[in-house]
Amino acid sequence: MLKDVTLGQYFPGNTIVHRLDPRTKLLMTLLYIVTLFLCKWFVSYGLMLAFLITAIVLSKIRPKALFKGLKPLIIIIVFTAVINLFYTDGRVLAQFWIFKITAEGVRNAFFLVLRIMMLVTGTFLLTYTTSPIALTDGLESLLSPLKKLRFPVHELAMMMSIALRFIPTLIEETDKIISAQKARGADFETGNIFRRAKALIPILVPLFVSAFRRADELATAMECRCYHGGEGRTKLKQLKYHTRDILGLLLALCLLAGVIVLRYFAL
Amino acid sequence: MGNAISVQELRFSYPSQSGEPPVLVFDGLNVNIEEGSFVAVLGHNGCGKSTLAKQCNAILLPEGGSVQVFGMDTRDEAQLLEIRRTVGMVFQNPDNQLVANVVEEDVAFAPENLGVPSEEIRRRVDDALKTVGMYDYRTHAPHLLSGGQKQRVAIAGVIAMQPRCIVLDEPTAMLDPIGREDVIRTIEKLNRENGITVILITHHMTEAVRADRVIVMSEGRILTDGTPKEVFTQVELLKSAGLDVPATTQIIYELNRADFDLPLDALSTEECAQALYDALKEVKA
Amino acid sequence: MAAIIEVRDLCHTYSVGTPFEHDAIKHMEFTVEKGEFLGVIGHTGSGKSTLIQHLNGLLKPTSGDVLLGGESIWKDKQTTRRARFRVGLVFQYPEYQLFEDTVFKDIAFGPKNMGLKEDEIRQRVLRAAGFAGVDAAVLEKSPFDLSGGQKRRVAIAGVIAMEPEIVIFDEPTAGLDPAGRVSLLENIRAYQKATGATVLMVSHSMDDVAALADRLLVLNEGRIEMLGAPSEVFARAERLQEIGLTVPQVTSLFLRLKELGLPVDPATYTLEDALRQLLRLKGGAGC
Repeated sequence: MLKDVTLGQYFPGNTIVHRLDPRTKLLMTLLYIVTLFLCKWFVSYGLMLAFLITAIVLSKIRPKALFKGLKPLIIIIVFTAVINLFYTDGRVLAQFWIFKITAEGVRNAFFLVLRIMMLVTGTFLLTYTTSPIALTDGLESLLSPLKKLRFPVHELAMMMSIALRFIPTLIEETDKIISAQKARGADFETGNIFRRAKALIPILVPLFVSAFRRADELATAMECRCYHGGEGRTKLKQLKYHTRDILGLLLALCLLAGVIVLRYFAL
Repeated sequence: MGNAISVQELRFSYPSQSGEPPVLVFDGLNVNIEEGSFVAVLGHNGCGKSTLAKQCNAILLPEGGSVQVFGMDTRDEAQLLEIRRTVGMVFQNPDNQLVANVVEEDVAFAPENLGVPSEEIRRRVDDALKTVGMYDYRTHAPHLLSGGQKQRVAIAGVIAMQPRCIVLDEPTAMLDPIGREDVIRTIEKLNRENGITVILITHHMTEAVRADRVIVMSEGRILTDGTPKEVFTQVELLKSAGLDVPATTQIIYELNRADFDLPLDALSTEECAQALYDALKEVKA
Repeated sequence: MAAIIEVRDLCHTYSVGTPFEHDAIKHMEFTVEKGEFLGVIGHTGSGKSTLIQHLNGLLKPTSGDVLLGGESIWKDKQTTRRARFRVGLVFQYPEYQLFEDTVFKDIAFGPKNMGLKEDEIRQRVLRAAGFAGVDAAVLEKSPFDLSGGQKRRVAIAGVIAMEPEIVIFDEPTAGLDPAGRVSLLENIRAYQKATGATVLMVSHSMDDVAALADRLLVLNEGRIEMLGAPSEVFARAERLQEIGLTVPQVTSLFLRLKELGLPVDPATYTLEDALRQLLRLKGGAGC
């Protein structure tokens, strides 16, 4: 059932990682990703891994949950590994038919897999420890300078938060429509790809009709509650930086500086 | 007390769709809602109830005549926000009026729009959630609540604007009996304790009985208007408008046709039982 | 009479193996007689919706079995698919499943899926439209241009057109106005009379089920709380209220009259019966 899909996978908690300001976490994640791409050799990767593991331990998120997030990416990871393994020139280690494995290939494949895994785990840690609403608020606040360039920051944030609110509702609705059409003998499982695509019409049409109806009613309800765009809006929860946020950002910056230095020594 | 809402000679029609003539809903409707009252509006689907509701907070505007909300004309654009803040609105489908994915954030939506300072929003949100009995759920996600709970959150979201009047458009139509009772009790409380004027649009006669005044609409006109007792005794008129009467009234009405002499206005189960008992107790003896 | 549906030790658990795991249905066992009208009542979360989705094979039991005419609907794939057509299920707010560009085509969706011939489909659509009270004049219109009540009737016709032996209605009158409610219930009653179909109706409205059902199945927290004639079920008004249900207003009135000391039957639930008793009492005075 669609209902079992976990969405906006936020694990509530009250650890220091949870309590960090969402803006801090967003910036730290960004710095972490940039730093990750600058890593060259075991020493810098080791440093980053230590940082990541510390964050995971502090957040009290079960590693199992993080590995679960990696599962859907296995194909991509294996694919990149194989490509790098076979298509890197260098000192040949083994060869058969037109394939050859080089030492550089092994190294590249290893680091790339490590990089992807650390990248994904790091971003998952962000979504696991930050509620979607905090994330949206953080993003809105970070992007607010763009307002001067007429970039619709508030509208974007509002759209994101409405999407988050309605995803579970629409999933539930899809489930219901599927059941209702199945009860009329609709068959989604057999036939070739065209038949199956056609079989989706009885689901998609009602779903779109209902989504438009919901959007229309929601718009009226929002107007009734005095919504008139982002101008003059206040917030229930004002974002505020604390000492821990400054420390967190400094740590991420130090890491970046450290890895840049290590690059010079090809470590 | 003065009028919360005053509708005078209201004319309104929906624009035509694909060449058909416009649908005329009201042609000279007059109605006043007194401040502090609890008014139920009844009528079959398509009789204009919902349109009237949307006229009360300037979602729709009159074509002719006027709608005054606490002295403000709904066509006065300068007062639009103040009108919407003063007259809150709750709709039928609770799912389609909740904006945020956390209960307290949703209740905060209107005060945020109004630019209320953070500490004041916090206070209003907590108060509103306590009033509707949903304070313990303030950090929950709305989609995990029952229909009745969602609807009470929606009501809290309106109270947080500190309105003087609330219009509820069939708020219980999608709820089960428990959820329905919770919502109606909340509405009664808002009216009795907080002095908020309530306009409740409903199909359920058992809900309308609890109002101070019942307005029955049909084809964009007011068919009858009065206290529940005055309205529900007009059994034939209600039936002609496609409406039910409470089972108690129905029984008394039928019995009176068969030679009983019972008061038609014994609306509640208790009143009806007493009336029947009084009429039949000699029989038993 | 023969049993058409047999539910045997049915259990259903949602989200097995996750933190959201919960038992929606626990060891349910009952039979439905051919041609009867069974009302299913229970408050939200009592397992009603889960139960009805088992009867046409939309949900597979975690354990236990559902038999249709003495045969398990899970015997093989064909049998399960046939169950979909033998048991028509009208979901709550069925108007939200309409998708075709004409009313006719939408009603024909089920019969088409059954692989019927063009002629047969046509006849069935017309028949079903008649039963559901869909005006023949709207058959070529788009279903999206109809009023809410009309849409619901089209959706109901779409299920009836499969001519199932059993029809299940989940809250068919939810959101309708009183006149619409009465007329739809009248259509359902007439349909059952004309076709002899077995009907199950899930409802919150005690007045609706009281007026129509031969027997009532009362569910509470995934178990069967009561099963019997409406008079038997409504006689236990106190227990019904405990599990979050109400009794028809007539019943609560008669309970009170009994308390006051009048010799009336407290399990009265229809208006006609109520009037008959009260008139008899009055008549007794004359003697």
